[in-house]
Amino acid sequence: MPDGAIGTPIRRREDQRFLTGAGQYVDDFNRPGQTYAWMVRSSVAHAAIKSVDISKAEAAPGVVKILTGADWAADGVGGLPCGWQVIGKNDVAMHEPPHPALVADKVRHVGDNLAIVIAETKDQARDAAELIEIDLEERPAVVSMSAAAADGAPLVHDDVPNNLCYDWEIGVREDADAVFDKADHVTRLELVNNRLVANPIEPRAALAEYDPAGDHYTLYTTSQNPHVIRLLMGAFVLSIPEHKLRIVAPDVGGGFGAKIYHYAEEAILTWASKKVRRPIKWTADRSDSFMTDAQGRDHVTTGELALDKDGKFLALRVQTNANMGGYLSTFAPAIPTYLYATLLAGLYRTPVIYCNVKAYFTNTVPVDAYRGAGRPEACYLIERLVEQAARETGIDKVEIRRRNFISAAEMPYQTPVALEYDSGDFIRNLEDGLKSAEYDGFAARRAASEKNGKLRGVGLATYIEACGIAPSAVAGALGARAGLFESAEVRVHPTGSVTVFTGAHQHGQGHETTFAQLVADGLGVAVENVEVVHGDTDRIQFGMGTYGSRSLAVGGSAIVKAMDKVVEKGKKIAAHLLEASVDDIEFDAGTFRVSGTDRELGIGDIALTAYVPHNYPIEELEPGLDETAFYDPKNFTYPNGCHIAEVEIDPTTGQVTLCSFNAVDDFGKIINPMIVEGQVHGGLVQGIGQALMENCIYDDQGQLVTGSFNDYCLPRADDVPSFTVGTNEGAPCTHNPLGVKGCGEAGTIGAGAAVTNAVLDALGTKGIHNIDMPATPHRVWQALQQSNG
Amino acid sequence: MATNTVSMTVNGKKVSADVENRTLLVQYLREHLGMTGTHVGCDTTQCGACTVHIGGLPIKSCTILARQLEGADVTTIEGLADGDKLHPMQEAFRENHALQCGFCTPGMVMSAIGIVERNKDSLDEKTVREELEGNFCRCTGYHNIVKAILAAHKEMTA
Repeated sequence: MPDGAIGTPIRRREDQRFLTGAGQYVDDFNRPGQTYAWMVRSSVAHAAIKSVDISKAEAAPGVVKILTGADWAADGVGGLPCGWQVIGKNDVAMHEPPHPALVADKVRHVGDNLAIVIAETKDQARDAAELIEIDLEERPAVVSMSAAAADGAPLVHDDVPNNLCYDWEIGVREDADAVFDKADHVTRLELVNNRLVANPIEPRAALAEYDPAGDHYTLYTTSQNPHVIRLLMGAFVLSIPEHKLRIVAPDVGGGFGAKIYHYAEEAILTWASKKVRRPIKWTADRSDSFMTDAQGRDHVTTGELALDKDGKFLALRVQTNANMGGYLSTFAPAIPTYLYATLLAGLYRTPVIYCNVKAYFTNTVPVDAYRGAGRPEACYLIERLVEQAARETGIDKVEIRRRNFISAAEMPYQTPVALEYDSGDFIRNLEDGLKSAEYDGFAARRAASEKNGKLRGVGLATYIEACGIAPSAVAGALGARAGLFESAEVRVHPTGSVTVFTGAHQHGQGHETTFAQLVADGLGVAVENVEVVHGDTDRIQFGMGTYGSRSLAVGGSAIVKAMDKVVEKGKKIAAHLLEASVDDIEFDAGTFRVSGTDRELGIGDIALTAYVPHNYPIEELEPGLDETAFYDPKNFTYPNGCHIAEVEIDPTTGQVTLCSFNAVDDFGKIINPMIVEGQVHGGLVQGIGQALMENCIYDDQGQLVTGSFNDYCLPRADDVPSFTVGTNEGAPCTHNPLGVKGCGEAGTIGAGAAVTNAVLDALGTKGIHNIDMPATPHRVWQALQQSNG
Repeated sequence: MATNTVSMTVNGKKVSADVENRTLLVQYLREHLGMTGTHVGCDTTQCGACTVHIGGLPIKSCTILARQLEGADVTTIEGLADGDKLHPMQEAFRENHALQCGFCTPGMVMSAIGIVERNKDSLDEKTVREELEGNFCRCTGYHNIVKAILAAHKEMTA
């Protein structure tokens, strides 16, 4: 097997620069004549803006320019657009209130942007910002969704009655009700899916530059999808055409969803760079990140599962309220609808599903996709219901899953909530998971814990997710205002080395390595002769970027398509050189051969001929060997798996210790198992963080209580154990050329449910059957004090 | 605001720059010396991305003023490798896939070397995890970082 072949864990080429301090993140770039920006933000959640007096600040040392919401409004530039329109019940479209980058009339959450101060140094900008006198007339804030929905509640947007953004449903309520009326057993659960902050360790940053000679803008930004930012900001906010706007997303220090969206600072800096005719750099403090990075989750849900006497699932009925925050972030409306409710079948045959989702505006930071985005919320609800149903009916929690799983033989499987699963062997994942977790030995381990005065529990989460949102036409029909294809260019150079240009973007995923493996394998060239380029709209023809575990399934498939074109053209060149018919040329491992003979040419010979076309079919074929492709997926991909958590609780302190976590995942075919395992590890800790520690909290006035790393409990190394992770490659994706499904979000999707189920399994011995995430020592201890167990 | 000249040794080279009294070491490195390998991930001394060595000890460079370090000997991530040869800790991180986005990595590596130095005689997973408390990673789930540090310990104490 050659070095770097598909399936081998070669080490990452990007590591060299990251390990030696040579990575180039946005804040590492500096441009000649650069100025620095400081954003002036609202310190209150809801207020009318009476005045913003910048006169003293303008006179401060080093100040170049100060711009406010009044300037933004006066220029008539657009607001930040929303990329997905949800149509609710009775064809009522969602409310989509304006989202000005700098606000002029009122502020709607702590952190809302009031002004930008541009100065010679960052410290001078910050000092001057202190001199701006802001007169805000505070209004009562709405923070919880129940408060937002109440009659007479303060309105976040004056023209949105009851703060209701949309009221949407899937399935037929009456059909579900009819099943529930006749069910032998109904399991009912009210739960909160807690709000989270993504917290990539690199804070967001932007550096904008205007070139008056060419009337051209360049924006360096911490983005997961530079072309999407170019489209949104260029077309919808600032009216800059694509050929005059370059977006560069260089090395980006983690994203997890929070760097998908088009943020106000990107537009403000680009807009201001023309006014000051100098480059402007802005870098968020962590406090800025907490106040302005789109946050995640925040659902309040009532779920009901109807079962027959044998524990067979008959119907699922769900009511979810989803918090949108103060404005609609770029893809926010799609998360609790098309990425959540459509996943409510889970791995089960449940024939009837109804879900109603009400989305509310509140005076909080906008919410959007955070790693998993809708699917962790769906998994959490289903798997909590399943384990509760098992307890209530007395059926073993493994057995109840077995009875209701969709079998591998039933694939493809049409669920009642729009999706058609293409592949998966759920039973096998379950069995492998149980074995890996030494599930049979749990009773003995529990007994040992009890001897030590501890409570022990085991919890499962068997999940399925939908990745690589697709096809574009379907997404469009559901309200997406963008295509969801990916683009690639495979440029074979004259001497046979290859540069791959991908519209996907890496911010930790290791595409520079994985995609090189893919191309080395496909074209039969050495992996070190393949380079992968991403993150620059001037270098890459187009791209939709990286989110929703789509890069390999969609972006990788685009690369395969481009390679197919290279091979196709190469065959024509080979046929000419070898004096054979094109139909007789076969390609394998970098060699073009006349079928059944030893007459052959390497891809290097073909490439050289393509660029030095002396002996070449020039009448029929253009010179060069450089092919582009766009790939639009035929369906979502459906990664799935079985996650098993085991916890021990100290009843005297309420401390939950995660003893072990075993994951068996089906990601389809795997290119680099080392990278895949790393993705799972990272995802797991984000899910475990949600289950045990992380919680974004606002007080009644809308103040962000957890606004720093001192207050927001991000998992540290000693909060988690090492993990056991494995994969099944036996049920590859059936509709993309690589058979891949995506692995970026899986850990986050399964872990929250598995850990919470384990906590409840432990607490169940004391009669406690419900607890909301995060199961902090305080909550667990309180629950134990209040229990009768 | 008035400035003062601050001189120190960074990665074996004598350096100096005119800085305000309030200038932090990390600003001195990044903004005045143009050494951008050291990163800033927070504003409350929690994340550890800015960790460097001062006199051989890991210190968060966001929480110490440049002026306090007149004449000090500072090592940053840029100064670890010996030419093309990576430090054993850097090599262990690469070999064990202990980094993803790379942003926390410089501070993580500097802290990790400190852990090995403090625990030359023996080092186990529990100790690594406890002593890594001052460094956040949001990508790796720490699993491979712990593995890398234990592997580097073997290498560095062999």
